[in-house]
Amino acid sequence: MAHHHHGAESAPITIPPGALFTEADVRFMQGMIAHHAQAIHMSRMAEAREASPRLVRFAQKIDLSQAGEIALMQDWLRAHGQFAPDTSSWRTMTMHGMLTAEELARLEAARGASFDRLFLQYMIRHHEGALQMVADLLANPRAAQDVDVSVLANDIETTQTAEIGLMRQMLDEP
Amino acid sequence: MNPARWTRVAGPTLAFIRSLGPALALSLAPVLALAPSLGAQTYPSGNDPRNGLTPGLHDAGVAAKGMRLVSSAPKPAPFDSISGLTFVNSDLAFRGNLVYQGNFAGFSIWDVSDPAKPVQLSVVECITSQGDPSIVGNLLFVSAEGRGNRKDCAKGGVEDPADHMTGVRIYDVSDPRAPRLVKNVETCKGSHTHTVIPHPSDAGVVYIYVSGSQNARPESELAGCRNAGDPADETNSLYRLDVIRVPLARPQEAEVVTGARIFTGLSPAPARAGRERGARGVPGADSAMMAQMAAAGPRNCHDVTAYPAMGLLAGACGSYGLLVDISNPERPVRLDAAADTNFSLWHTAVFSNDGSKVVFTDEWGGGTSPNCQATHPLEMGGNTTLSIGPDKKFRQHAYFKLPSAQTAQENCVSHNGSLVPVPGRDIMVQGWYQGGVNVIDFTDADRPFEIGFFDRGPVDPPLAANEDGTVSRQRGTIAGSWGAYWYNGLVYSSEMARGLDILELLPSEHLSANEIEAAKLVRMEEFNPQSQPRIVWPAAFPVIRSYLDQLVRNDGLNAARTTAIAQALDAAERQTGVRRRAALTMLGAELQADVRTARDAARVRAMAAAVRDLAEATR
Repeated sequence: MAHHHHGAESAPITIPPGALFTEADVRFMQGMIAHHAQAIHMSRMAEAREASPRLVRFAQKIDLSQAGEIALMQDWLRAHGQFAPDTSSWRTMTMHGMLTAEELARLEAARGASFDRLFLQYMIRHHEGALQMVADLLANPRAAQDVDVSVLANDIETTQTAEIGLMRQMLDEP
Repeated sequence: MNPARWTRVAGPTLAFIRSLGPALALSLAPVLALAPSLGAQTYPSGNDPRNGLTPGLHDAGVAAKGMRLVSSAPKPAPFDSISGLTFVNSDLAFRGNLVYQGNFAGFSIWDVSDPAKPVQLSVVECITSQGDPSIVGNLLFVSAEGRGNRKDCAKGGVEDPADHMTGVRIYDVSDPRAPRLVKNVETCKGSHTHTVIPHPSDAGVVYIYVSGSQNARPESELAGCRNAGDPADETNSLYRLDVIRVPLARPQEAEVVTGARIFTGLSPAPARAGRERGARGVPGADSAMMAQMAAAGPRNCHDVTAYPAMGLLAGACGSYGLLVDISNPERPVRLDAAADTNFSLWHTAVFSNDGSKVVFTDEWGGGTSPNCQATHPLEMGGNTTLSIGPDKKFRQHAYFKLPSAQTAQENCVSHNGSLVPVPGRDIMVQGWYQGGVNVIDFTDADRPFEIGFFDRGPVDPPLAANEDGTVSRQRGTIAGSWGAYWYNGLVYSSEMARGLDILELLPSEHLSANEIEAAKLVRMEEFNPQSQPRIVWPAAFPVIRSYLDQLVRNDGLNAARTTAIAQALDAAERQTGVRRRAALTMLGAELQADVRTARDAARVRAMAAAVRDLAEATR
């Protein structure tokens, strides 16, 4: 596969006649790859920035969970003849809740307890962004009728809702 | 070899939240010393026979131990294509010689009178993700969720919301060759899974507990449905367990009768959570890892397992495992709730036959991700055993995960299973998607171990590296065992991509021929795995010999006595009628005396009772 340095937002999307999926489904899957990829990028900072062991463990879980989902989304996009962004796509695509370059720099510069706190604040916002992406998808009644999109969107909502609860807890009890 | 591949509840973060029913009070477990992570379950070294199996759909490499594949019937033609989850097989239900196999695109009915050659009686095409079935007499119940399911089962998705169907489809299957849709019972959140609960006194009525994992449909689509944030709000359709009442003679009158508010009071992020003591109270290290975290409050169960004979239900409900009193099925009452930050999605439950323990599974990643790789923690995406105290409160014990690292091509996580009815032990068989099927002994809640397994290589070929350095799966085929269940002597496994597998248990160092024979004596007319029947063993020699084999294996009684008892049993079996009865009566009395000297007195007592039962049954 060729390198892709451009965001997928502008890529034209062609939906074959009779397909159960819609342009909204394709954009959701493409956007969520970028969204997940940034979460993984953030999570992989934790260990080297002296985060607390429980935060490192939590970040590893986000990493492993979302890496698996990225593979699923890429598989789905390729199977349906659509462009599948790679894991660098977060650098060029902006989705709900994602960190700006300045915010990422602040996170990279933080250490220890301040890294923990900033990571949790940012990741809660990041997860809330994912929930917003799911809500936007589901607001379109013709979207998410494809079972793979529906199951994935539902899994993301379930998992990230629970993780937001956990992160709030960690913020409250450093 | 060391069978004890288990993990103590230790190093990992564990929070235990107890909720006191309707009072909504949270009482916290005492803060105790933590167990060390020594003895942690590990993936096996390079010599596990499940490593390196060749890929393939119907020609993949196979590894098995203590199990044998009797037959593998491929999917019926209408479902025989691979496209994500669209055509995957889902759950199983059993009645007589028939197996009902769900599929995301319908269901099929198999006649397994000859397990070596299952005969397909019918295939019903009906887009119904995820299609989990239950059977009650002549009625088949099928779970429907998702946004593309139509009332008329047609393909092509939903254009007019009036055509949309989520909830439970009811079929009349009195002619298994010609199932007939009787009614679509619609629910606000749809039905991801469901569980049959018998009426306490009226055999003509069942309840269906509906676990719906989606948001409520808009009111414009289904009257009375409403998404809202307050769990205690009675008009809120989200935070409830929908209950359907079905008059069996008039299934067209089945309807939702209540939405049980079993989630109310479960905090999304409890202010504090207690720590649970590690197994056997070993004082521990790694307390930094024991974060006092708790997961978000649930609004759905993924799956609930009822044990009607005990009036109990174990709810696997997102970030919590619940214990619920269902003595009045229309008014379930939550007794306790457990949370564990290692668990992403409390998914399914299996009770021990005595009701003292529940094995909960964690479907980390939702079942479509390859979460059994060597890089994946063993306390995530596996099982944990909870004991139920006399106060009807949970206490968490060990974790157990498939002790075989799977590849990146194999979607794998803990999934559905059922008890294998071996007297004197708690054994279950379980599906792990492409991790295969295995058999687990959880008699000692702190030391579950694997007895046997059956595994195939991945469907897809190995990874290929992309030019950008990332590695992706070639086709991302979702496959593997959705659920593996013991039914009338054999293990049935619903293979999502490959069909219906039937397996037989084989004797091994951990399971004797007598124990398998005793398990085979347990016969059911009907079996829905999420509605667990109480197992009762008939009076028979293999039952007695199972206890004896266990006493030999665990050195629970001295060898001279076990040898003598074996001889006495053989001698009694050679007799008939009154002579056999007399021999057994005498043996029963001797065993009663053995109880006093035995190291495993409880097992000798159980064996004595089984001998007396057989004496009384002998004419």
